[in-house]
Amino acid sequence: MSDSVIMLRRNFKHVTRNPTTVFNAVLFPVVLMLMFVYVFGDAFDVGADYVDYATPGLMLLAIVYGLSGTSTAVASDMTKGIINRFKVMDVSRGAVLTGHVTTTIATNLVAVAAIVGVAFALGFRSAGGWLDWLGVLGLVLLTSFATAWLTIALGLAAKTVETAGIATVPLIMLPFFSSAIVPADKMGPGIREFAEYQPFTPIIETLRGLLNGTPQMGDAIAAIAWCVAIALVGYLWATATFKKRA
Amino acid sequence: MTTPAIEVSGLRKAFGDKVVLDGIDLTVPAGTVFSLLGPNGAGKTTAVNVLTTLMAPDGGTVRVDGHDVAAEPRAVRAAIGVTGQFAAVDELLTGQENLQLMVDLHGVRDGKQVITGLLERFELTESAPKMVATYSGGQRRKLDLAMTLVGNPRIIFLDEPTTGLDPRSRRTMWTIIRELLADGVTIFLTTQYLEEADQLADHVAVLDQGRVVAQGTPDELKRQIPGSHVRLRFAGPAELDAAAQLLTGGVRDDESLTLRVPSDGGTESLRTLLNLVHDNAIPVEDFSVHKPDLDDVFLALTGRTNVEEATR
Repeated sequence: MSDSVIMLRRNFKHVTRNPTTVFNAVLFPVVLMLMFVYVFGDAFDVGADYVDYATPGLMLLAIVYGLSGTSTAVASDMTKGIINRFKVMDVSRGAVLTGHVTTTIATNLVAVAAIVGVAFALGFRSAGGWLDWLGVLGLVLLTSFATAWLTIALGLAAKTVETAGIATVPLIMLPFFSSAIVPADKMGPGIREFAEYQPFTPIIETLRGLLNGTPQMGDAIAAIAWCVAIALVGYLWATATFKKRA
Repeated sequence: MTTPAIEVSGLRKAFGDKVVLDGIDLTVPAGTVFSLLGPNGAGKTTAVNVLTTLMAPDGGTVRVDGHDVAAEPRAVRAAIGVTGQFAAVDELLTGQENLQLMVDLHGVRDGKQVITGLLERFELTESAPKMVATYSGGQRRKLDLAMTLVGNPRIIFLDEPTTGLDPRSRRTMWTIIRELLADGVTIFLTTQYLEEADQLADHVAVLDQGRVVAQGTPDELKRQIPGSHVRLRFAGPAELDAAAQLLTGGVRDDESLTLRVPSDGGTESLRTLLNLVHDNAIPVEDFSVHKPDLDDVFLALTGRTNVEEATR
């Protein structure tokens, strides 16, 4: 059995034994969805059925809500001394970190699947074909992969488990300042420009295009470029921090 | 001649401007217990981190099991086991699963048997199916050490293994350490408890502000400093007066009716002293010889009274 598989199994056990993680990652996005669609939805004029508009944004929300669990799990590994045991046992750095990445992606997939399921139950209709849906899956995986590495870097850089949890708050807030909930052109000046140029907007617009069956090349390129950049920064930062912290 | 388990010469380590280890020399023969004694901040944990390949030394050479820690960290890691100051256990797994994790990572073949054996030896069989988050401090330390033993290391580093434990758990740890020694394992132990070093170690080095200020067997260290004395207790003040006049170097305590007389504690000087008292017909109620313990040694070497005080 390879170290990576052993570490992955350990991380999966952690997720299933920590009800808070499961709630934050899977149930909370669903609660948010019900709130936005039922409570606020009719108040927003988005030029379409609100559930159709909001689903792609809520898929992204489902991804970022899963991240706080990852950063606290990483920080807890680093502060509880077990990481030194792994290092002395020659467990590869790769195995420790990729275990967290894989667990995060798996949790995110469950959360996104839950959002899509609830969306259909709420009357969501997609005009996208199977190729579009494949694109959706690909972009969800890529976004999850990129933000997972960034979150792991945040968790490694945090001095305590508590600060690791707080470090992901900006990431969790970011979708609210994008076109996730309402279109950017309905926002005030300043916020609007921010929403148009921040990384999550092209990702959400690409998802929205794919689900409508009308994908836009420009958005897709921007989305992929952002993901690659975030993944790269996260990966380099994470591995450098891991090496530095004995 | 066999290779020493641990050989350290001229070890230096600094964090920025702060010199933590300032030229340490140590030799630990295989199959012995070596104790690094010192207050918090003396550099004990840094020393363990360097010796266990977690940190690179800034200067000097460190050989563990005959391998240089900087050049051959993998060979060193294969020979050692480490139980750190903070229990390195996984709180969200059960005790059994923690051990299973070690068995998997080490690739131990008869894993089931090894786990059952360790659980029994550390009296953890009952708590094995429970999550470690529910364990007491003593149980965590025991599990931690059990996890370290899964790979059958020949050299074990224990960084303050009993800090914060209640006296009973401390005794259990001591028993386990003695059993390991009987199995031929070499043990490198750091502690801030002088009694612990005295009880367990064949060899003690006193570390203070990054330097080894003394080293030797516990008895050698005790002999290095003056302070052995004989205490005589008398039935009444009259006898005490007579004795104090006779033994002029003594320090009298009127309240407890005792006289402290400096003495090397050897049989010859004791006989001379007792004969002198006897010849002058002074009855002695009680008589005892006091040798300095490691607390006295620490005070004499570092000029500070108490290890605990130095830390707070």
